[in-house]
Amino acid sequence: MSLIPAESSVLEQTEAGAPQAAPVPGGPAVPVTPSRVTGRRWEFLYFAVRNKKLMFGLSVELVFVLAAIFGPFLAPYGPGKFVAPAHLHPSLQHWFGTTYFGEDVFSQTLYALRDSYLVGFLGALFAATVGLVVGFTAGWRGGLLDDILQMVTNIIVMIPALVLLIVIGAYLKTHSAVFEGIFIGLTTWPWVARAVRAQTFTLKERDFVDLARLSGKRGFSIVTKEIAPNMASYLFLVFILLFASSMLIAVSYDFLGLGPTNSVSLGDMMNNAMLWSSLLLHTWWWFIPPGAVMTIMVAALLIANVGLDEVFNPKLRDM
Amino acid sequence: MTRYFARKFATYALAFWFGATIDWLIPRLMPGDPVQAYLNKFAVGSGGTVAPGTWQKLYAVFSKAFGLNVPLWDQYWHFWDGVLHGNMGVSIYDFPTPVIHLIKDAIPYTLALLVPAIVLSYILGNRVGALAARRKVLDNTVLPVGYVFQASPYPWLALAMAFFLAAVLHWFPVQGGYSETLVPGANWTFMWSAAQHWFLPFLTIFLVSFGGWAIGMRNLVIYELETDYARYLRSLGASERLVRKYAYRNAVLPQLSGLALALGVVIGGNIVTEIVFHYPGLGYLIYEAITDQDYFLLQGIFLFIILGVCIANFVIDIVYVIIDPRVRISMQGANA
Repeated sequence: MSLIPAESSVLEQTEAGAPQAAPVPGGPAVPVTPSRVTGRRWEFLYFAVRNKKLMFGLSVELVFVLAAIFGPFLAPYGPGKFVAPAHLHPSLQHWFGTTYFGEDVFSQTLYALRDSYLVGFLGALFAATVGLVVGFTAGWRGGLLDDILQMVTNIIVMIPALVLLIVIGAYLKTHSAVFEGIFIGLTTWPWVARAVRAQTFTLKERDFVDLARLSGKRGFSIVTKEIAPNMASYLFLVFILLFASSMLIAVSYDFLGLGPTNSVSLGDMMNNAMLWSSLLLHTWWWFIPPGAVMTIMVAALLIANVGLDEVFNPKLRDM
Repeated sequence: MTRYFARKFATYALAFWFGATIDWLIPRLMPGDPVQAYLNKFAVGSGGTVAPGTWQKLYAVFSKAFGLNVPLWDQYWHFWDGVLHGNMGVSIYDFPTPVIHLIKDAIPYTLALLVPAIVLSYILGNRVGALAARRKVLDNTVLPVGYVFQASPYPWLALAMAFFLAAVLHWFPVQGGYSETLVPGANWTFMWSAAQHWFLPFLTIFLVSFGGWAIGMRNLVIYELETDYARYLRSLGASERLVRKYAYRNAVLPQLSGLALALGVVIGGNIVTEIVFHYPGLGYLIYEAITDQDYFLLQGIFLFIILGVCIANFVIDIVYVIIDPRVRISMQGANA
C-alpha cells in the first residue's frame, strides 16, 4: 500500500522550500535571515487555517484523540465486563450492541482507542528516528558506509516482519502496546531511510552546505543545522504517514492474535467477532464499528496530510 | 549492466540467506520442545499413560523424524541441504505429510489472489490517479473514495465484504476456496466454484492497494505538471494530453520503487484476508500453523514468502531498468 510518499515529490518540495538568497559571507551559513523565517511560519499558519482538507482532518482527529484520552472515564462499562445478554442489537443502552459474551462493544471500542494511538505514535517515533539516522549517515558520508547501510536497508525490506514478530512474540509471554509500537517502528524505517538519504544527497551539493563546510563546521552540525531544517516540512509529513501506517499494521497483527496480550484492541475485537461466527450470525455490530473507527482515524490523518502538503508547498496550493 | 545486476543479486542472496537463517531459528528458538509438544498432542505425557521406557523411545523416534537428534550445526547444514532439494521436513499438525506438499497445495491459491491484485491495482490505480490530478470533478470523487480504501484495515474490509456481499446478499460464498462438495480438479464446475470463492478476497486486497496507488499517483502527477519541463512544453503549444503523457512517465518511476517497498504490507494484508475468508492459501496455512504450533510448517511457508519477495524485487528491478531510459543509458555507459 503506498502510504509511502514518492521521492520526486520530496525533491520538488526542497526545491520550493530552499532558500535562494546567498548567505551572509563570513558568518555561519544561515539559509534565510531570522525575520524571514518567522515571516514564513506565519505564512504557513495563514494557509493552514484556510486549508479545508487540513482543518477537516484535524478536527475529526481531535474528536478521536479526545475520545481516546477521556474514553476510559466516560465508557459506561469495563472493556472485559460481561454486562448484558449476548448479541443485543445496538440500542440506547448499548450504542454498538453487545458481543457473544455480553460485553459492551461501545465501551470496548472506547478503551481500545488509546492503544491504537500509542502504537501509532511509538511506531512513527521509532521508524522516523532510525530512518533519519540511517538516511543522514548514508547520504552524508557516502562511500562504503553508504553501501553497507543500503545493503542493510534492502535486506530489512525483504524480511517479512511477521516472521520476527512470531519468534519474538513466542518468547515474551506477555507483551504490551508499547512493545508492539516499538516493533512496528523498528521494521518500517527502511523507506524513511531511503527517502532521507536521497534528499541528503541532493542537498549536500548546495552552495550553503559548501559554505558551512568551508567555515569549518563539523559534519554532525551541518546535517542537523543546515540540511535537516530544509527537510523539516517533509519530515513532518513523513511522521504523520508513519503514524497512520503503524496504526493500520497494528490492526493486522492484533487480528492475527499477535498483538498486546494485556488489553483489548480494535484488531482483537474483529478477531473475536470472526472466531465466534459473527459473520454467520449476522452480528455485524461486533466488527463493523471497531474497523470503521480505525478507518476514519486513518483517513482523517491522510486528509490532513494532503492539506499540510498544500500548506508547505506553494505549487500545490491554488487549484 | 552486469555490475548493476551482480550487485542486486548479491543483495538478494544476502537477504535470502539472512531471512532463511532467522527462519531456521523459528522451531529451535521456540519455547518448549516441538517433539514434546507433538507427543503431548496425543496425550502421551512422560508421566502417565504409557510405560516409562516407551516415552523415551517415542521421543527418540520423533526426534529422528524431525531431524532434531543431531548437533545444531548439522541441523543447519541439513536445513540448507533440504532447502536446495525442496525438502522442508514434515508437518507436525498434519503428520506425516511433508511440509512441501501442504505448501504446494496452497501456493496456487495465494498466487491467484496476490498477482492479479497487485498488478491490476497498480496499473488501474496509477491510471485513475493520473486522470484525477488537477481535474476538479474527478478529483473530488476519486480522492475521498481512495482515502477510505487506503485507510481501511485489511481485516475490516474483508469482514465487511464477507458480511454485506456474501452473508446478507448471498452474491458470493462466505468462506473457503471452492465448494465443499467438490474435489479440486481441472473441470469447469470446479473452476467456476473456485472463481466465485476467489472474487471477494481478491477484491479486498485490490481495493486497499488501489486507493493507495491512485492517491500517490494523483499527487505525483500534480507535482510533475508544475515542473519546468511541463511549463516549457505548454509554452511551446503542446497539447495537454502530451504534457500529461510526459508527466505520467516521470511519475510512474517513484511509484515503481514504492511497489517494492509496499510488497511486505500487501503480503501481510493477504494473510489476514485469507484468514477471514478461510481461503486455502499460504495465509490460512500460517494461521493454522500458528494455532497448532506447527513451527516446521511455519518455517517452510516463510521460506517461500522470503523467496517470493526476492523474486518480486528482482522483477521490479528489471522493469525499472526497462522503463527508465536514464538507468538504461547510464548502464550502457563505460563504467556503470
